[in-house]
Amino acid sequence: MTKTLKLKRGLDLRIEGAVAPDTPVEAVSPGAVAVCPGDFEGFLPKMEVREGDAVAQGQPLMHDKNHPDIKLCAPIAGTVEGVVRRERRKILRVVVKASAGSGSLHEPLAAGGAQQLRRAMQLSGLWAEMRQRPYDIVPDPDREPRDIFVTAFDSAPLALPLEMHPAVSQQRLDAAVAALSQLTSGHLYVCTRKDFSLNIASPARHYVVEGPHPSGNAGVQAANIAPVNKGETVWTLSLVTLCRIGQLILEGRRGFDTVVGLCGSEVKHPHAIATVDGADIAQLVGGQLKDDGAHLRIISGNVLTGMKVDADGYLHFPYRQITVIPEGDDVDEFMGWASLSPAKMSVSRSFPFSRFTRRFRPDARMLGGHRAMIMSETADRVMPMDIMPEYLLKAIIAGDIDRMEALGIYEVAPEDFALAEYVDPSKTEMQRLVREGLDYLRKEIE
Amino acid sequence: MSLLKKYLDRARPHFQPGGRFQALQSVFDGVDTFLYTPRDTSRSGVHIHDALDSKRVMIIVVVALLPCLLFGMYNCGYQNYLGSGHAVFPFWELMAYGFLAILPKIVVTYLVGLGIEFVVAQWRHEEIQEGFLVTGILIPLICPIETPLWMMAVATAFSVIFVKEVFGGTGYNIFNVALVTRAFLFFSYPASMSGDRAFISASPICGLGGTVNFADGISGATPLGQVATHAGGPLEIHNIVGDPVSNWDAFLGLIPGSFGETSTLCIFIGAALLLLTGIASWKVMLSVFAGGLLTGVAVHLLQNSDYPASMLTPWQQIIYGGFAFAAVFMATDPVTAARTGAGKYIYGLLVGAIAVIIRTYNNGYPEGAMLAVLLMNAFAPLIDWCVVQTNINRRLNRVKAKP
Repeated sequence: MTKTLKLKRGLDLRIEGAVAPDTPVEAVSPGAVAVCPGDFEGFLPKMEVREGDAVAQGQPLMHDKNHPDIKLCAPIAGTVEGVVRRERRKILRVVVKASAGSGSLHEPLAAGGAQQLRRAMQLSGLWAEMRQRPYDIVPDPDREPRDIFVTAFDSAPLALPLEMHPAVSQQRLDAAVAALSQLTSGHLYVCTRKDFSLNIASPARHYVVEGPHPSGNAGVQAANIAPVNKGETVWTLSLVTLCRIGQLILEGRRGFDTVVGLCGSEVKHPHAIATVDGADIAQLVGGQLKDDGAHLRIISGNVLTGMKVDADGYLHFPYRQITVIPEGDDVDEFMGWASLSPAKMSVSRSFPFSRFTRRFRPDARMLGGHRAMIMSETADRVMPMDIMPEYLLKAIIAGDIDRMEALGIYEVAPEDFALAEYVDPSKTEMQRLVREGLDYLRKEIE
Repeated sequence: MSLLKKYLDRARPHFQPGGRFQALQSVFDGVDTFLYTPRDTSRSGVHIHDALDSKRVMIIVVVALLPCLLFGMYNCGYQNYLGSGHAVFPFWELMAYGFLAILPKIVVTYLVGLGIEFVVAQWRHEEIQEGFLVTGILIPLICPIETPLWMMAVATAFSVIFVKEVFGGTGYNIFNVALVTRAFLFFSYPASMSGDRAFISASPICGLGGTVNFADGISGATPLGQVATHAGGPLEIHNIVGDPVSNWDAFLGLIPGSFGETSTLCIFIGAALLLLTGIASWKVMLSVFAGGLLTGVAVHLLQNSDYPASMLTPWQQIIYGGFAFAAVFMATDPVTAARTGAGKYIYGLLVGAIAVIIRTYNNGYPEGAMLAVLLMNAFAPLIDWCVVQTNINRRLNRVKAKP
């Protein structure tokens, strides 16, 4: 049985550089890939390989200190070229250079129950692709999820449809749904758009979600279907991870292939690229960017939640999108705050002509100084959750744990605040605040 | 333009720490960011930001106040010409007179207020905040035209320091800064702030206008002032030379009153701009008017000659005095108003209701809008607390409802 979930609040940003649906997909097999443990919040990396080691595809590169079974694996076969560390020896990324003939790790899934599946998911690195609420971290294997939420669409700006992903197929979906629903005593929810091409079979509960971004965030869907209460745990994952789990079950092999949308106003011809998780950015964007002298910002991910990467950087999880926009630090704009130009991207009606602009070309400037929270209710309009964002943020700033709990911090992830952060005239760094709040809470409570 | 930019870039090192003018760094940064959008780009979280910032928010409020300011100039000249016995009212002369009358007050409030802001910003090593742009224009608009300049300077300094800066600056204040200035003036210097002389500019300025001789049977009492001193009989409002004032005159604003508050028409023009741009909350604005009108109906039905203001119709409650101005520009101040959706309705209704109740049932105090907004400023956090508590309770009940 399919239910419909209508979300009214939110915002679809109209940005230049979308990938047209019929553009051919370019294939790039990267010379090097990197795994960045920082993409997997809550994962404390401990290396299993050393520089210079030869690794097979799917071989573990590192594991979580607290749960050694949770691994992050090499997306390609090759040699470990380097372990890049930041201050205090924190591992930034592990780079694997491709070399021929190293083969791939092929470990068929042993038959038998939920415990076997959990272990297989952890060893294959797929466990780390899931998130748990509370705290928006890699799920704690010692906890039983109340429910599991799968989002089958990406509503973020310029995102490709998840159904384009090479991992997605009906067979894998069915296998994963059957297996994964054994891992929870509750339900497995799958949220799709109306025009979803695959079939969601029982025991999964199928929701058709309507509404603008962030309706594709699994956490937003969870908040509207069955919100997380104190003491409960839910898992969230995407259709891609779900189908990779299906692939693991059916073929005994975890897929690392991905399709990345190369999009944004500074890309000459936005198109999709078939490549591998963690691929070298330079190879993907080489020669594809507009070269008009403007400084560029390359983002792995979308403009709201993505990571800024350098031209010599690597794809970050969830490995689906590269957005390139102007940096804007080379622009002189005279009295920008007074502008009535239709090129100004804003949801405010104080830019009366902007509503007629079909696609904007925003840059990365703050477009205003950081201020105290002055305007009220701006965040509420783009957060389709029963959360009072302003008060939750104030509780986080104050470090008041009781109030954070009372105001529902267990239900949120930083990404849910991304649109609110975008529209905020006071330019508050909301995602950073929420992340810090969640980390603080986890440290104090656990 | 690029010449100006080059000039700023060349001057910048002198204002950095260690430079010749480092004590003026916040001033320089204020001017620089005012003229040119800063180049700093996002470092965490979202990579793009909406083009709306607090500078634009504040400037739109200032623009929305311009009709009131311009009409205030005209009316200031008009009242002087009327009171000094002129038979003709040349438009530009009236405007020039009003301009010259208000200019020193605007200059003084901005000098004092922005001066304090600059000093505090420099002291705290913060960016200069735009809040006073609005406050600085509001203060002259809500004060009687005859308020001595030194009083305005003292009152402005008091409120900027003790109502805003001690709480942390723009965005942290509990009370509306402009209204506290007005309240400070009213309670410290009541003789200069009320009565029948404060609201008429009585002397010629630069050869324009004439002397208003109050001994000549001329009374500059505002309509609400006349109501408050009404001594029985049918209630009739007169202008300063004793002719009756129609509701239409009062709506247009050709009556004595605080400089920018008299014209309900111009206030509505400003309100339209604030609502069309989405800068002010329609929830607050609408509910203040609703609260005022409903209470106006109630007090009118319970007419009592002991309380002459109860004889005013609900419409007159809105077009006289500072009610409309307070509803559009004061109650909607997002920092001091209620911040939750439901809270805004309650806050607005109570502002409107209390304003009319004070002016009706407190004969000693003819205008209630200022006190109503200040009172509700104090209660806004409580209202919000209750609304937030409903959200918290909903969350708690969700757990309880589980088996």
